[in-house]
Amino acid sequence: MKLLLSVVLLSGLVVSMSSIAETRAFVGARVIPIDGQEIADGVLVVEDGRIRAVGARADVRIPRAAAIVELEPGTVIMPGIVDTHSHVGEVAGADRSGPIQPEARVLDSFNVRSSGIKRALAGGITSVNVMPGSGHLVSGQTLYLKLREGSAVTDLAYRFDDGAPAGGLKMANGTNSRRDAPFPGTRAKSAALVRASYIKAREYADKIERAENEDDKPPRDLGLEALVEVLAGKRVVHFHSHRHDDLLTAIRLRDEFGFRMVLHHTSEAWRVADEIAAADVPVSLILIDSPGGKLEALYLDARSAPALEQAGAKVAFHTDDWITDSRYFLRMAAMGVRAGMSREAALLAMTQAGADMLDLGERVGSLSPGKDADFVILSGDPFSVYTRVLETWVEGERRFDLDDAADRLVAEGGFNALSDGDGAGHLHGQGPHTLTGAGQ
Amino acid sequence: MKIISSSLSIFFLIVSFPTAAQDIAVRAGVLYTGAGQAIENGVVVIADGLVTAVGPASEVSIPEGMQVIDAAVATPGLIDARSTLGLSGAMNQPNDQDQLERSAAIQPELRAIDAYNPRERLIEWVREHGVTTVHAGHGPGEIISGQTLIAKTSGDTVEQAVFEPAYAVSATLGEGATGHSRSSPGNRSKAVAMLREQLIKAQAYRTGLETAAGDDEKSAPDRDLGLETLVAVLDGKMPMVIEVNRHNDIMTALRLADEFGFGLILAGASDAHLLIEPIKAAGVPVILHPTMIRGWGNAETSHFSFTTAARLLEAGIPVALQSGYEGYVPKTRVVLFEAAMLLGYGVSFEQALDLVTAAPAKILGIDDRVGSLEVGKHGDVALFDGDPFEFTSHVIGTVIEGRRVSESVR
Repeated sequence: MKLLLSVVLLSGLVVSMSSIAETRAFVGARVIPIDGQEIADGVLVVEDGRIRAVGARADVRIPRAAAIVELEPGTVIMPGIVDTHSHVGEVAGADRSGPIQPEARVLDSFNVRSSGIKRALAGGITSVNVMPGSGHLVSGQTLYLKLREGSAVTDLAYRFDDGAPAGGLKMANGTNSRRDAPFPGTRAKSAALVRASYIKAREYADKIERAENEDDKPPRDLGLEALVEVLAGKRVVHFHSHRHDDLLTAIRLRDEFGFRMVLHHTSEAWRVADEIAAADVPVSLILIDSPGGKLEALYLDARSAPALEQAGAKVAFHTDDWITDSRYFLRMAAMGVRAGMSREAALLAMTQAGADMLDLGERVGSLSPGKDADFVILSGDPFSVYTRVLETWVEGERRFDLDDAADRLVAEGGFNALSDGDGAGHLHGQGPHTLTGAGQ
Repeated sequence: MKIISSSLSIFFLIVSFPTAAQDIAVRAGVLYTGAGQAIENGVVVIADGLVTAVGPASEVSIPEGMQVIDAAVATPGLIDARSTLGLSGAMNQPNDQDQLERSAAIQPELRAIDAYNPRERLIEWVREHGVTTVHAGHGPGEIISGQTLIAKTSGDTVEQAVFEPAYAVSATLGEGATGHSRSSPGNRSKAVAMLREQLIKAQAYRTGLETAAGDDEKSAPDRDLGLETLVAVLDGKMPMVIEVNRHNDIMTALRLADEFGFGLILAGASDAHLLIEPIKAAGVPVILHPTMIRGWGNAETSHFSFTTAARLLEAGIPVALQSGYEGYVPKTRVVLFEAAMLLGYGVSFEQALDLVTAAPAKILGIDDRVGSLEVGKHGDVALFDGDPFEFTSHVIGTVIEGRRVSESVR
């Protein structure tokens, strides 16, 4: 690892030397920095993969060495979009052997060459929480990725402070995880199984804590280790939950075990928005074209977006790719506005709010000087259906360019535009998301 | 078949016009009629369910006492050119899924009117989004899965809702026809052979009927509901809507239409962008897959493109949009949104509106009644508070045959 690091550092040096010469100033766009007011005629200065300056044309001093990129009037620059829940990369987690498998890692199943990554970039997405499916109470460890260039998943992985690939833990309640034994058949059984697992994890942690030497420690248990990371607050629980009572069950479990938790999907959040806000649980929300498709989504309603905002809850959006395609993630924020959410909250929900939910808020989520130079250039207003993503930049490198033929093919679709298996992430692990899914 | 349809239409004529008032006027900041230029400050007057006047407010007077609705923008009621609405319910449980019968590969006798649930919440959902007419019925998934109907999205009974009770036969070619658990058809060749055999049987059945009509009818073949329906297809009274996506399957559909002379409508057609010339030469219309189809991975729809609609339009091929069939979440698509998504991909505002109003009306052969706001046509109107296709705008009302059937803001 040490060796690898120094190689990376060396090559980083080479790259950064060339990019010093190419310090870039993007000029003329409407800039939406998220952490401040929109700037009508703005400047974004990027240097060494970081944001150096943002402001009005008159206020920002552009370094003499900077390459100036003059953008068309009407163009918009906003931070790279954070997708808090996606299945790109044909990922899998737990299998059919049992309902609780915290040991399964997305890290070990992610296809870094999947066109799913390119679709995400075509949609302006630069950071993603890649998750296993929802057919289990605990379906495994999620992975936070930065969509930079790379030939291995570890090149893309965000890191915990200890250097391990960063991610959360995927959990679910409601109907998706209800199946024949050993899976639970009811909601009460689902909660009981989860509680028993965390109690076991607590005991496991206690034993390790109490051990006076290595021999006293219990044998390693990968699943319990992951749950202990949750109990320690290192790993955030990403909890799939739709129905109002299921949402409150998730909160009850959190309160019992002291997780850090994000509620995901939350079709019926509009029914318990005050309770969610009072519990101080952030929500990663999905908005869909119509209700139903399964029982727990029957009362899905976009008014969850304004209801949560008005209740004071923190809201992010997610694609749940392939449920909605990463290429048109911007549309979901517009749907939130349609339902009554403020523009400001909808913009936040695609950027800083999601970054905070993944513990990445200090690095990404806004165009603040010092943060990673992750940004999107749009042809117009982020909420307009006439707008296209023109370019997506990650750490100062252009990763999507609509004028590039190969990128455009992915953005628009066509013959062989997508790699084999792209979109299959939702199908793996014998989850419920079969294409003919009646009865789930 | 002829006898059946005429008796059906008499039946529907009697019951489909209840006595409640169907008089209403719509005033719109911008009125898109679907026939000619947009009208600023436009007015549509509807009496007894039919449009009696359309034009600028300066030229069209609203009869005194008539209920008036104001909207920033009004368009003809939207048409969903192909769906499983009313047969495939929101719960997605076995008891509300009637769009596909798995007992046999070819069952043209399955009527949509015997399964259509007009109170299904997804119908209400699309109605609240401005959709007033749906071509609904049996979905893709078997070589011939059954029949379709055309209905309004209002009405408490199928009799009130429907205005083409037996519109088309729903067929599928490609993987969709072989994805069942039976031994046959197990592949494309077998599926097409089975379909051809059945159509040839229908030809013989028709000959038998014709011969019998010449003498005392005693020699007529026994009545066969499936073959009767296929005879209507062969006679051009019912089109065959074939769900077909892969390029070679599209060519197979064209070949079959050529061999048997039936009226073909291509549905789905995700590879159509590879076959612009042959489709154009065949003069066949396309009811294109939803823009947001999830044709990924190794699915036969994986080559779909957001630009296909623009390319078909540019070639002059008749094209309309559908909500199609969805097996999971969301359980139905909304054609308003599917059209909206084309705006960034080479389709103009006017074209997008046409894809969900006048164009499907023409393809389905119901443009004498719906699809545009012209004198004598049904008073079906969708009302908006802004650009209908912006996701930040709202549908603020829906009018069907002069009756306000939705007041919700969606």
